[in-house]
Amino acid sequence: MSEEQIKNLEKQFEERIARDEKIEPKDWMPEKYRQTHIRQMSQHAHSEIIGMLPEGNWITRAPSLRRKVALLAKVQDEAGHGLYLYSATETLGISREELYEQLHTGKAKYSSIFNYPTLTWADMGAIGWLVDGAAIINQVPLCNTSYGPYSRAMIRVCKEESFHQRQGYEIMMKLANGTPEQKEMAQDALNRWWWPSLMMLGPTDDKSVHTAQSMKWKLKRKTNDELRQQFIDQTVPQADLIGLTIPDPDLKWNEERQSYDFGEINWDEFWQVVKGHGPMNKERMRARINAWECGEWVRDAAMAHAEKKQQRKQKQAV
Amino acid sequence: MKENLYNYILGIADNSLILGQRMGELCGHGPSLETDIACTNISLDLFGQVRSYFQYAAKVSGDGRTEDDIAMLRKERDYKNVLLVEQPNTNFAYTIARQFLFDAYHLAFLSELQKSTDLTLSAIANKCIKEVSYHERFSSDWVKRLGDGTEESCVKMQEAIDDLWTYTDELFHQTEADKAMVAEGVGVDVTKLKEDYYKRVHRLLEEATLKVPQLKWFQKGGKEGIHTEHLGYLLSDLQYMQRAYPNMEW
Repeated sequence: MSEEQIKNLEKQFEERIARDEKIEPKDWMPEKYRQTHIRQMSQHAHSEIIGMLPEGNWITRAPSLRRKVALLAKVQDEAGHGLYLYSATETLGISREELYEQLHTGKAKYSSIFNYPTLTWADMGAIGWLVDGAAIINQVPLCNTSYGPYSRAMIRVCKEESFHQRQGYEIMMKLANGTPEQKEMAQDALNRWWWPSLMMLGPTDDKSVHTAQSMKWKLKRKTNDELRQQFIDQTVPQADLIGLTIPDPDLKWNEERQSYDFGEINWDEFWQVVKGHGPMNKERMRARINAWECGEWVRDAAMAHAEKKQQRKQKQAV
Repeated sequence: MKENLYNYILGIADNSLILGQRMGELCGHGPSLETDIACTNISLDLFGQVRSYFQYAAKVSGDGRTEDDIAMLRKERDYKNVLLVEQPNTNFAYTIARQFLFDAYHLAFLSELQKSTDLTLSAIANKCIKEVSYHERFSSDWVKRLGDGTEESCVKMQEAIDDLWTYTDELFHQTEADKAMVAEGVGVDVTKLKEDYYKRVHRLLEEATLKVPQLKWFQKGGKEGIHTEHLGYLLSDLQYMQRAYPNMEW
């Protein structure tokens, strides 16, 4: 293809996006668009799968049967999200095995929040309320993103995530209205998860390398700082309502901006966790690699069995 | 309180409770995303069943105890599950062998329990049997895949079947509560399920190119509360919150 032809295709492509048309797997797309989507969508899929671990940690210890069933269902939803996000990513011409390989070798990233430990039952509430809350704010705009398979996956993901968020908030509410011990457990969880949740919305706009291009492709519709402000403004009244205190002495309503001012985020901690130095990075990775390696003989057996079955069928046909 | 009925319900439900707990341990650690989801699904079904049974048992007890009291606040010797379901997830072959050896029994059991003169139990059985048919399909398919897969998977599957076989006979033992409930038309006579069970299991093992273990001595005791050492640890997890924070609502 000549340079001029490519330029022409690129122009048509940008026009389609400007008209809010969906790009489908078989459509022509610039290589960078493909690569950016593989990066972001797989990062999202990996986050769902790694995200199963901190909550999975409490399945066997859930305090009641009702909570156990709800938690199991929630973690299973996350596996489901992982599954269709991997499938959506595969439409861009990469296999699930390659995507796993990128995760296991550390080439692909996942949401850093899952490198924090879940220490008490209240962490199940805090994760649902704050982590899923921040995730929704990140993800709702993606329902309208330009890549068709991603956009469709996100519509379903967002529906389930908002259910999870309500479920998490309900856990917190029950604790906050419970015994002093339960309330203390809830406050402690909020203290530990608040700042990492704010970090989840990504580095500040001046430090975010992908924002400009992603905004153009509608892979992002608001900047990280805008999303973070939205999350804070939405969450602070929810904490007030159940009598919990946001662990930020600088948090203050700003009448003029009609928004909350908030304290300095420890970005040094954020980058250290991203680089692999969070409290649970090694354990999370080990758990995934272990599941993959210990499962190899099982996957091999399934393939071998399917082949044998196929061969027997062919023999019968002859 | 109707002591026999209460104990009878617990005898059924404890199997689902303990197996559900075991399957729940695997969530996030399965050999593939699809099997992970399936195992979690089985766990979810089993806990759903447990809730129906224990809610009924709580009502039968008539003394204000709740489903969670029954599930999480008994002493180890008061759990009535069979030894099979408490065996650990040594590897995926053990998980599948345990599941299939239980599912084949569970399906036959529920099919009889549907005929119970106790309307609540027959309604629960009616709901559960749909789920358990799926469990049995899932586990028997995997026994075939692993048995008739690679050399390695066949060795692993055979080892799991050999090791767990010793716990199968107990499925067909009757407790005093069982006998009383059978006499009233409420309970299932499990002794009558044995022959068909082994036929079904033998057929599947053969199809999966596996050998039927030639065992003459079987382990028992779960139904009387005499368990393997594995159960205590499982219960420490299951009961942790209720023990550490007693009398609270969650």
